[in-house]
Amino acid sequence: MDNIKSEKILKPAVVFEQPLVLTFTQDVKGFLFRYIGSFLLFLFTFTSVFAVLLIFLFVTLEAFPFLTKFGITDFLTSTAWYPEAKDGAEFGAMAIIVGSIYVTAISLVFSVPVGVLASVFLSDIISFKIRGIVKPIIEILAAIPSVAYGFFAVLILAPWLQKNLGFSSGTNALNSSLLLSIMALPTIISVAEDSISASGRELREASYALGATRFETMFKVVIPAAHSGIIAGIVLGMMRAIGETMVVWMASGNAAQIPNPWWDLSQSIRTMTASIAGEMGETAKGSDHYRALFMIGLLLLVMTLMLNLVSEYFLTRARKSLGKV
Amino acid sequence: MPKRNNNDMVISVVKSIKDKYDTSELEMIDMEKIEQTEPYNSTLPEKSLSIIKADDFSFYYGSKAGVKNISMEIYPFMVTAIIGPSGCGKSTFLRSINRINDLIPNIHVEGKLFVNNQDIYSRQINLVNLRQQVGMVFQKPNPFPKSIFDNVAYGPRLQGIKKRSVLQQTVEESLQSAALWDEVKDDLKKSALALSGGQQQRLCIARALSTRPKVLLMDEPCSALDPIATSKIEDLIETLKNDYTIVIVTHNMQQAARVSEMAAFFCLGELIEYDLTTKIFSNPSNKQTEDYVTGRFG
Repeated sequence: MDNIKSEKILKPAVVFEQPLVLTFTQDVKGFLFRYIGSFLLFLFTFTSVFAVLLIFLFVTLEAFPFLTKFGITDFLTSTAWYPEAKDGAEFGAMAIIVGSIYVTAISLVFSVPVGVLASVFLSDIISFKIRGIVKPIIEILAAIPSVAYGFFAVLILAPWLQKNLGFSSGTNALNSSLLLSIMALPTIISVAEDSISASGRELREASYALGATRFETMFKVVIPAAHSGIIAGIVLGMMRAIGETMVVWMASGNAAQIPNPWWDLSQSIRTMTASIAGEMGETAKGSDHYRALFMIGLLLLVMTLMLNLVSEYFLTRARKSLGKV
Repeated sequence: MPKRNNNDMVISVVKSIKDKYDTSELEMIDMEKIEQTEPYNSTLPEKSLSIIKADDFSFYYGSKAGVKNISMEIYPFMVTAIIGPSGCGKSTFLRSINRINDLIPNIHVEGKLFVNNQDIYSRQINLVNLRQQVGMVFQKPNPFPKSIFDNVAYGPRLQGIKKRSVLQQTVEESLQSAALWDEVKDDLKKSALALSGGQQQRLCIARALSTRPKVLLMDEPCSALDPIATSKIEDLIETLKNDYTIVIVTHNMQQAARVSEMAAFFCLGELIEYDLTTKIFSNPSNKQTEDYVTGRFG
């Protein structure tokens, strides 16, 4: 049997100088590099994931005693926020929760139309060259420290509002909403513009070839096709606005009240972030007030997490609908 | 005229036709002579009947010429194929006919391009009307991410038609002309992106037909499709030419031979030869054309 086999092996026509089989050391080295390397990479990646989990855990643990002591009902439904009262401190956070949602919503009213129209303009109307100059400038808006925005709000915008619109105080809901909308713009424009550009020349050509004007092409084909990415951009901008601290602290007036009437933007309000930043320094560690502030922080964290999931959902959908899974 | 055999006769007729293209004389073609030429079995229309006419037409991207000095006429109710190697300007020429190339920055044209005796690169052209009457089907199926119905109804809606019954009828007729109606009539509300590639391409044809164009431009409509879908589109082209004038750009020479009556061979931005398809493929008068159609180059 052996004999027959060896006879059948033909002399190779081509000689391969490099062996095709791994040597023992190569094999071991490869094994070690593969597993140790991927373990290290995993560790680095996991650091950021771990940080998120730790922050969540820390905030939850600090806030938990508050929940067991006061319950969540009063916290969410009462507007009485008297954390330092000597007898019977009250922790009704409704006014500041509403305040946060209020300025965020008003800022979206300003930033969404501007952001979407600006991204249409950037992607389809101006030339490629000018876009290359303008887009980075818009993105610089995101890099300006928020305290600089705060300075602008307090020293320039507030006196202007007082003088020209006759507001009793220049630091109010309108002022902080305007600033927040400017801060949300770069995020909205950047994500929405990417998505509008990515919807492709083919779609636009198809529309033009049927006799559509540029306006019709934009509003009937391109924006509907890119809507997932646009919504994702808006949600990301919203996260920016709701989590912003310094500007609202400086520009909102810091009065914990629900705006009444709701459309009057000249009223002062206070947000969750500004409450934490403003009051944390005055509290004793472990006091009820301290725990209440952590409770607000936990709520904020949950809210931004939800928004994050929403934007993730829309971004995934945008990628899918553009065939880039 | 001395008596010749049939083959000589054919060549002389085609030559005389070709001379007429070149010199752009407004002389009538001798129809009797053509009728004698049985192998071609086709009657060339008179010159004045041309629906698209390029007159020394050049198209530039920046300073680079996409096509240069094209002079040809395209006749109604025929399939005219434009063939040639990649980058020879055949798509550029096709896309200038409905001015969809205008979307590209830094372009300019020289010479004239007439559609229905109107120079379409003159300043007063109504682009909306031009594009609604010169429809286009693209290389890659590009349905809108909308329902099948909304895709086909897009064109009529742009024309201001809002009445549901009218839209319904237009959509049905267009889908029927594109041989897609039977496959999708039960789920017009379904997303167009759920269709197969071949169905999507026929949907795009239906969409182009929905504005009732006179001319249908097809830019390699089958290059992204499999052979079965391709043969369906080719059958469709065969029936559509009764009602529409079709100009098709194709890479595939067999396809050009199968579907077209007239064929133009482009090379490096220039029109090398334009003639009856049968002539181009059996007996081209230019050496370059012969090399290309026989597969020696390109």
